[in-house]
Amino acid sequence: MSAHDNRIIMIEFLSQPWPWYLGGLGIALVIFLLLIQGRIFGVSSSLETLCTIGGAGRTAEYFRVDWKQRSWLLIFLAGSVIGGFIASGVLSNPDPIDISTATIEDLSGLGIHFDGNFLPESLFNWSNLLTLNGFLLMIGGGLLVGFGSRYAGGCTSGHAISGIADLQLPSMVATIGFFIGGLIAVHLLFPFIF
Amino acid sequence: MRQLFLLFTGILFGIVLTKAEVISWYRIQEMFRFQSFHMYGVIGFALVLSIPIIKILKSGVIKDLDGHKIMIEEKPPLFKSAIFGGIIFGMGWAFTGACPGPIYILIGNGYLIYLIILLSAVIGAFLYGFISKRLPH
Repeated sequence: MSAHDNRIIMIEFLSQPWPWYLGGLGIALVIFLLLIQGRIFGVSSSLETLCTIGGAGRTAEYFRVDWKQRSWLLIFLAGSVIGGFIASGVLSNPDPIDISTATIEDLSGLGIHFDGNFLPESLFNWSNLLTLNGFLLMIGGGLLVGFGSRYAGGCTSGHAISGIADLQLPSMVATIGFFIGGLIAVHLLFPFIF
Repeated sequence: MRQLFLLFTGILFGIVLTKAEVISWYRIQEMFRFQSFHMYGVIGFALVLSIPIIKILKSGVIKDLDGHKIMIEEKPPLFKSAIFGGIIFGMGWAFTGACPGPIYILIGNGYLIYLIILLSAVIGAFLYGFISKRLPH
């Protein structure tokens, strides 16, 4: 086989949806690579950094920090955007995402049609921002993500992964909180929103 | 060079989370409905591997690229904010189907509507910074 054939086989292999163990392995590799660069994996502090760059220090003392110390995270996240772009291009896969039929049925009961994409494009689009459920899901959800992750002192990456991997108690408590919140949203609030 | 290494690490993160479908709103729904092992497998296996990795790196056998001992800051023992903030964040995670990492990665995937979600999250972080002194921690 030529090197060219090998490359095509590799790309075909990587284009399949990855099983859970490759996802877990990949995240652990990212944590390792960041640690040897002297950095701890945690994304949500970038939201504060963006506030500081946007001039939030003028209104609240909380944001009067030297954002350049955190500029590494913005470089990492610029890479993440590029990674998403690469994965959606050369490594894309045309098959619909393989979600459990129970979830598809539950969502259909709420009137959310499963379209095979990463997310229901009938809900997450610009014109749906003007409907009540679209506004709550996108604007409301975004506000909760930003407010909650900073209040908790971290998000999935900083608490549920880095913090628990380092066996830190506050991170375990925060992760329990993430689940309580998610369960409240899906099981108690969704039936009212949809 | 070091910045390129960081950029490369970010690219890897974006590819992994896209291909393992962690960025999918449907996958988050499955997780909070306990209808699939997938997300638990991803997070659980990442933890199973990271716990020994962190233990070994913290022991000092390997130094970081600047020659410093690898250390991880202890999170402050603020349990009220961990649980209250956690619940608020978890609700947002279920609504948007994305925690902060996937928000950036979805934008790279071409879901530009997530720019609005990112902007909302930045405003949410701003609101927290604005009233943080008045909240229980």
